[in-house]
Amino acid sequence: MTTVFDPGAAATEATDAILRDTLHGTARGVVVDSPPGAGKSTLVVRAALELADAGRPLMVVAQTNAQVDDLVLRLAEKNPELPVGRLHSSDADPYDKALDDLPNVRKSAKAGDLSGLAVVISTAAKWAHVKVDEPWRHAIVDEAYQMRSDSLLAVAGLFERALFVGDPGQLDPFSIVGSEQWAGLSYDPSASAVTTLLAHNPELPQHRLPVSWRLPASAAPLVSDAFYPYTPFRSGTGHGDRRLSFAVPSDGSGPDRVIDEAAESGWGLLELPARHTPRTDPEAVRAVATVVRRLLDRGGAATSERSPDAAPLTADRIAVGTAHRDQAASVRAALTELGVTDVTVDTANRLQGREYDVTVVLHPLSGRPDATAFHLETGRLCVLASRHRHACIVVCRAGVSDLLDDYPSTEPVQLGTLVKFPDGWEANHAVLARLAEHRVGWRPG
Amino acid sequence: MSLISTLARLEAVSTGRAQPAATVRHRRLSERPLVFVPLTTAGEAGAPLGALVGTDRDAPHLLVVPQPRDRDLRFTFLSELADVVLPYIDAYAVDVEAAERNETDPETGKRVKVEVELCANAPQLIVPSRAGIDFVRLLGRSMRFRRTAEQDPETPYPAPPRVPLLGRWLTHFAERARVPGSSLLLAMTDVLARHWATGQSTLEDQHLGALLAWIDPPGGETGAEAALRAELARDRDGQLLCPPAGPATDPAFDNKLLAPAIERYDRARTALAAAEDGLQADDRLGDLTTAEREIRALVASRTRPTWDAVWRGLDRLRELPEASRVEERWTRDRWSFTGHRDRVLAGEPPQPRRDDAVTAANKLAAREREQARLEAQEALDDPLVMAGRRLSGEAFAGEVTEVVMAYSEGKRPSPRPLVTVRTDDRPHLGERAKVFRSLGGKPQSAEFVGYEGDPEDGSALIVLRVLDKMGRGKEPEEGSVPEKGDELCFTLFEHEQRGGAKLPDPEQTPWTHGGPPGEQVPEAADALTEEDVL
Repeated sequence: MTTVFDPGAAATEATDAILRDTLHGTARGVVVDSPPGAGKSTLVVRAALELADAGRPLMVVAQTNAQVDDLVLRLAEKNPELPVGRLHSSDADPYDKALDDLPNVRKSAKAGDLSGLAVVISTAAKWAHVKVDEPWRHAIVDEAYQMRSDSLLAVAGLFERALFVGDPGQLDPFSIVGSEQWAGLSYDPSASAVTTLLAHNPELPQHRLPVSWRLPASAAPLVSDAFYPYTPFRSGTGHGDRRLSFAVPSDGSGPDRVIDEAAESGWGLLELPARHTPRTDPEAVRAVATVVRRLLDRGGAATSERSPDAAPLTADRIAVGTAHRDQAASVRAALTELGVTDVTVDTANRLQGREYDVTVVLHPLSGRPDATAFHLETGRLCVLASRHRHACIVVCRAGVSDLLDDYPSTEPVQLGTLVKFPDGWEANHAVLARLAEHRVGWRPG
Repeated sequence: MSLISTLARLEAVSTGRAQPAATVRHRRLSERPLVFVPLTTAGEAGAPLGALVGTDRDAPHLLVVPQPRDRDLRFTFLSELADVVLPYIDAYAVDVEAAERNETDPETGKRVKVEVELCANAPQLIVPSRAGIDFVRLLGRSMRFRRTAEQDPETPYPAPPRVPLLGRWLTHFAERARVPGSSLLLAMTDVLARHWATGQSTLEDQHLGALLAWIDPPGGETGAEAALRAELARDRDGQLLCPPAGPATDPAFDNKLLAPAIERYDRARTALAAAEDGLQADDRLGDLTTAEREIRALVASRTRPTWDAVWRGLDRLRELPEASRVEERWTRDRWSFTGHRDRVLAGEPPQPRRDDAVTAANKLAAREREQARLEAQEALDDPLVMAGRRLSGEAFAGEVTEVVMAYSEGKRPSPRPLVTVRTDDRPHLGERAKVFRSLGGKPQSAEFVGYEGDPEDGSALIVLRVLDKMGRGKEPEEGSVPEKGDELCFTLFEHEQRGGAKLPDPEQTPWTHGGPPGEQVPEAADALTEEDVL
């Protein structure tokens, strides 16, 4: 007998177990691993509402101001009555102006002004400056895998118990100076908060969200195999549930052919001739911009489980991802030249946690003569390859797999540190092998 | 590697000489640095073979361990090293000036100013290369937990009196060297590579001889030829003409010269021990002395070229005027030195083997702050460094073409003048990005408003709104607002670093980090292993 996988039931079961441990468990911490688009934010909002309902004062720690504002908006959407505090910095424009329209959200730069509210939300950096006489009963730490151990050290005294939620596959936190001297210590300040937490508290319950609602059925197996080989997840939707179609037929050019391939299969690789280039490879940048232009010109329409009618593929549903900021700046300039505005162009770091219908990615290793640890980082590729609901188009110079073979990972092995699997080298090869099945060669004229 | 350093390296290749990467010197060089050129023995970590050390370039102290595996001889070496290094350090420890420091009053918990001593200057150690810094750290680690007979009469192998203290100081120097921009312990290759771009890779730049060959090629030769010779040229006996800067030695030297010499020394020593009468002993002592002298000559021959190279590097660096913000960073080094002096005087135990969670986090935060500070200060001090930041879109310079007075809205309008800058640079300015310029040494911030028009010559007109440093009144203070015709440079990075959040005290370490580390117990010296006793 074969059992049919019911994504909804599997996700509900996981969520129920998490909330049970959080609300009624005895452990001081609960850790939740969430693959891309698995409903992490929904879980955080739900846990926050239930903890508030149970009358437990709650603090929420997120990593960026955008994440904090987003959480406040989501909380207010679910329960407009809930008194929420938004603790912010004393800089100019410290929070999203949309928060001003919410009557039950109080904003302040002083934690004292917000005492007594059911939920208080801020960034880890701001929480680190807060001093309290009595700690919060409960905390939720969002994006805990992107939080550094030292920033958890600064805030952990503020709460008694906590729910840690995050995606282990995304970019690890980094430091701008060497930290080898602490490698292998359980509390290495440059490690992720979860690594330190579990090293000292191995008995804490750990959960996993098993279903990605964002990634389509075409993408989940690739991302799961390449980046989460030991903790696989499934797509919440089936192969026929999402469709991308274009009103204007292909003109036969490389960009149009790769768009059709991606619309059909969910992936497209636009391969330019092999060449060593500067980071802001003008040809590759132009190719990225052209693909975006054509996506818009061809009148794309996205059909998904969310609505029976197709939604037009507009500029705000498309994003371009790069490894470096100067690459993003070049792509923006190229897009402006083609008259495209409102398409998000950003680095992997800044695209974390975001979601689009179609993404166009400039491969981190495209045109490079070498493969450094930065460019090989597993999380960078994982972020870039897992932001889309329908299709992902990668623009890359030929020869990256040879480059990978020339530069095996040579990071020194440190005693006492957990070796992270898969390493970037392996993950890059896995992704390239799969992308090769959707290759469209193109020599820009 | 940034675009400008790639360009500088290409230029070095095409001209055959290293190109300047800075117009001023970004590190403090003491007037009387202590140069230390150590050599280590192959096969055993941290077994010194010898060293040249001293402050006088014409008269270095030569210290040698004729049998590097002999612990007694090693202690003799360390003790001699202490005799050179500690008086040098002590000379700086006694010369103090009065300073103020913020401290937390233990009774009231308030921050109060306390009058303290600050050493008027600090000692400076210079080693040839980065591996030399690691060796200093290793020496420090091997000595600081040792016990002298006075500290612990029971200890089986007591260290000579001042050796543990030397270990604590070397540990402090090596730890301070990890702080970006510090100058207490410098590696000559690092400092030279900071100020010159050569036509070779950064890895090759760690060879002091090759690096100097690019910076100062001897008559007529190109840097590439001279560097290749420095790396590879050997004499008829197969020995390198330019011995590596150490502490590791060339295997050909180890095998052909050093090993036979040590073997002769060992034989002479065994023979001396077996001498049966005084006359025989006198003879054999003569043999031993000869053997020892031979090893000393070998060590001197491998360290002296490096010693001279370090001083040559110092000469070149001293030709550059010191950057203006170096003094401020050096003051931090003085505080660091004074702090350790006080800990030693107060009888505190040696630095622990491992940092606790809070100390580690504090160190990391401090170093990240110093790194950001260093990058900003070097750019502000040096137009060539700033050019690199401009080229990478992190800064822009240009002429002010228009200033329009404007005011903020609100009850008390403040000046928010709009300044238009014409620039040929291409900064990566995001929406409402903040930019900074230096106004009387203090950063003045402005906000990016937008681009104006489209000048035909390819330059850009950038409109900025000045936000602060214009005084409290409705009208800006004299000189606080840019004027038409001013040549200005704005950076996208901040000039000053904010202090981070205060971490809990170690005894308040939270449960996520293993809880309080508990009372610190004095750490024992490393246990004896079989290899320790020959």
